[in-house]
Amino acid sequence: MNKENIKSWLKINLFSNWYNSIISLFVLIVILLIIPSFLDWAIFKATFIGKTKADCKTGGACWVFISVWFEKFIYGFYPDKELWRVNLAFIILILSVLSAFFVKPKIKPYILFFLVFIFPIIGFILIHGGFGLENVETRVWGGLSLTFMLTFFGIIFAFPLGVLLALGKRSELPVIKYFCIAFVEFWRGIPLITVLFAAAIMFPLLLPANFNVDKLLRVAIGLGIFESAYVAEVIRGGLQSLPKGQYEAAKSLGMSYWKMNFLIILPQAIKTVIPGLTNTFIALFKDTPLIILVGLLELLGMVNLAKSNSYWLGMAVEGYIFVGLIFWFFSYLLSRYTQSLEKKFSTERH
Amino acid sequence: MSEKIIEFKNVNKWYGKFHVLKDINLFVNKGEKIIICGPSGSGKSTLIRCINGLEQHQNGSVVVEGIELDSTLKNIDKIRGDVGMVFQQFNLFPHLTILDNCALAPAWVKKIPKKKSEEIAMEYLKKVRISEQANKYPGQLSGGQQQRAAIARALCMQPKIMLFDEPTSALDAEMIKEVLEIMTELAKAGMTMVVVSHEMGFAKTVADRVVFMDEGKIIETKKTKEFFENPENERTKLFLSQILH
Amino acid sequence: MFLNSEFKTSLKKNLRLSNLVPQLLLIFFFFFVIYFFANNAQLNMKARNMNSGFDFLGTNSGFDIQFSLIDYDGSSSYGRAYLVGLLNTLLVAFFGIFFATIIGFIIGVSRLSSNWIINKLSLIYVELFRNLPLILQIFFWYFTVLRSLPSTEKSLIIFNFLIINLQGFYIPKFIFTNSHYIIYGIAFTLLTIFLIKYYAKKMFYEHAKVIPVFKISLLLIILFPLIFSLIGGVSINVEYPKLVKNFGIFNYLGGVKLIPEFLALVFSLSLYTSAFIAENVRAGILAVNKGQKEAAKSLGFNNSQSLNLIVIPQALRVIIPPTTNQYLNLTKNSSLAAAIGYPDLTGAFAGTALSQTGKAIEIIFIVMMTYLTISLLISLILNWYNKKIALVER
Repeated sequence: MNKENIKSWLKINLFSNWYNSIISLFVLIVILLIIPSFLDWAIFKATFIGKTKADCKTGGACWVFISVWFEKFIYGFYPDKELWRVNLAFIILILSVLSAFFVKPKIKPYILFFLVFIFPIIGFILIHGGFGLENVETRVWGGLSLTFMLTFFGIIFAFPLGVLLALGKRSELPVIKYFCIAFVEFWRGIPLITVLFAAAIMFPLLLPANFNVDKLLRVAIGLGIFESAYVAEVIRGGLQSLPKGQYEAAKSLGMSYWKMNFLIILPQAIKTVIPGLTNTFIALFKDTPLIILVGLLELLGMVNLAKSNSYWLGMAVEGYIFVGLIFWFFSYLLSRYTQSLEKKFSTERH
Repeated sequence: MSEKIIEFKNVNKWYGKFHVLKDINLFVNKGEKIIICGPSGSGKSTLIRCINGLEQHQNGSVVVEGIELDSTLKNIDKIRGDVGMVFQQFNLFPHLTILDNCALAPAWVKKIPKKKSEEIAMEYLKKVRISEQANKYPGQLSGGQQQRAAIARALCMQPKIMLFDEPTSALDAEMIKEVLEIMTELAKAGMTMVVVSHEMGFAKTVADRVVFMDEGKIIETKKTKEFFENPENERTKLFLSQILH
Repeated sequence: MFLNSEFKTSLKKNLRLSNLVPQLLLIFFFFFVIYFFANNAQLNMKARNMNSGFDFLGTNSGFDIQFSLIDYDGSSSYGRAYLVGLLNTLLVAFFGIFFATIIGFIIGVSRLSSNWIINKLSLIYVELFRNLPLILQIFFWYFTVLRSLPSTEKSLIIFNFLIINLQGFYIPKFIFTNSHYIIYGIAFTLLTIFLIKYYAKKMFYEHAKVIPVFKISLLLIILFPLIFSLIGGVSINVEYPKLVKNFGIFNYLGGVKLIPEFLALVFSLSLYTSAFIAENVRAGILAVNKGQKEAAKSLGFNNSQSLNLIVIPQALRVIIPPTTNQYLNLTKNSSLAAAIGYPDLTGAFAGTALSQTGKAIEIIFIVMMTYLTISLLISLILNWYNKKIALVER
């Protein structure tokens, strides 16, 4: 860009008239005041290396807090010598998801099958124990790995249930139809916290006295059912957008209700609502920290715990920025992915 | 003697680096009907949109009813009141009934009492033969009905000039006929009309002159009969042979 | 006809065995689950020597709530504690919705600004606030920003009106005498405005005269209540918060105190929701076809007319439904109050009251039903509105 171009760019984009010029100048000044002092605090005057709070003497951010607690933030209180099990489970997960981008379309359904039906079993055995692996109780699970586990569990639990509910809402059988409508409206009408309270405090009272279900499992199922109602609404939107001709064509080929839905209708409907589904799963991911309210500590919970440790008081800002960066990174990445899908779909249609 | 109601003198326009209008010279007499044709992308729409200031030219002059249009002109809204326009996509206001679509501008722009505006609107809706649809919304009408309502809407401002920007290109064959009928009636009533259209049958019966444009230039301007019987330019001949078969 | 043919055929269809069996199974399963839960609940209660039922709502709660719109203390009943919680939820929701709407509209319009820096800043705003978990934002405001405010002795005092310190925000309390005259004044104003509106419509319809109803209303709503107050002898007593030293500890007494929990909630709920509203506003404005503005221009409307008569009415139709949904989300999200101890429905009732009485089933049932009622009410209104404004299509 030469000087003339810069000049005309500035004129068009920042100083097109007097009030735009005033606003631009004002904002520029504010930015110039804030950013250097923030960078000073976060980077130039910050302490990165050390072992205790006392090592932070420079007056900037104390990132030592993050590095000392890092393992706890990621794994919770999972025993040190068993950490490889969590890592292995996540490596398998990441590799199988990544491989889906590189293999032929024909193989993709097998990867999906593996992720939905086989991986959860492998992952559960790895992380929880059994088959010769030492049992690790769920109450020591925590940190970012728990965030991901809950999100993953929520997705594979909510998706099939949501599909069934969406089909049920459009059923011709009145009992099934109204049951599904009431079910979905109920879960969408209450806040997640009440669901978590119900799962953690109320649900044990509704089971036989000698019958114990693990608290984390109760909470995870609560999350899954809650999310399934939102999934159902998104898929219903996709079903509605399908032209009637698709149903008629399938019926004219003599297909049964289930064949028609699983072979013809759902594959098309789900494809059109992938952006909506991704948004729902982003919401689930961002909602997982709420389990702190029933005493389960994922990433945000662990940071909250660490910042109240008497040796590390006053580290809240550093802690929350760390949590914020992680959540923001994943949510933003996924939401950009959704936006690009939406764009792709809207151009495909025209 | 006829007076010039629209006059283009050496008009040029660019979209960024793209030269859309090149040295346009054209005049329209009062009561005259002009058809502008040419391949897509030749600048026809841009040309007529310069007449009511929807697009601004960069040099040369456009004079409408004795007033020169330039970016500083404050009463461009007033000229727009005298120049009606009909769009390819109708552009009826979907949140208003057909009657309100027609009565809105007279009431707000011309400050005619709403009651009187509605009477005027009904009168024109009768002329375009959709008065029975007056209380429906645009979404409830067929394309042809919508375009006729759009013509009525423009006429309600009692304009001196009517611009038509490909009024029938978004319509099915039978609907084209009903819209062209209305336009023919309007022409017979003596309205000054500038029409961008490929309807050559309509051009032959209605137009006084035909303008052929290509690549931003006016290639040929001729009386209708001459234009169809002996076009001079090769490009015009090619275009006509393609469009008439 | 009592049984129309359509109903008859659907009846016939449903009586077919293949259709009847799944429906009966569902009914059976549903009632079985309910029976199973109820039975277990009864046995569990008996084993713990607890009685079930809602009698506890009438008994003394014995706990205090530090922020309440109505009179409440430890001798009040659990029922009243529920009411306090509900009102606190509605209070947070009201302020949250108010600020979220204002910020959301400003950011949404800025997203379309031709000013590069405004455009990009509002984009950053939206992407920042909507991609961070709400609970993290609440914690951030509560544990870091509001905790770094000055102590009581060193309070920030703005124009002698707003006092800011670690304990919260203090503003003066206005105490009116003869306040019913103000209400008469407002009622009278509303009546007048209604008449003026009717008259303006008639004038416009018959004489094309535009009466600036909005400006006149704005003037009247200030003027009439003022006149009425003068006639009725309304006097305002302003109670300023006062700095008091008790046992060596400074404290502000009097005035209206907004506790940090309330502030943190309102801040984070408004900012978080405003990011979503901003996107709705942007989408709504973009949804208005370019041809609409051109048509308005070609008919001679000036910029403000085309904005008021053509663009805004169409954009609002697109903006309002998803924005109402955001209001609903905000109300449900206000239950995160429990995380920082703001005494709303979830915090005070499902939190404190539950841990005191142990009546988990009853209390969680009441709280769920309350939120469900609010949600269903809002969606009913929304559905009604959507039907009313839906653009009629063939």
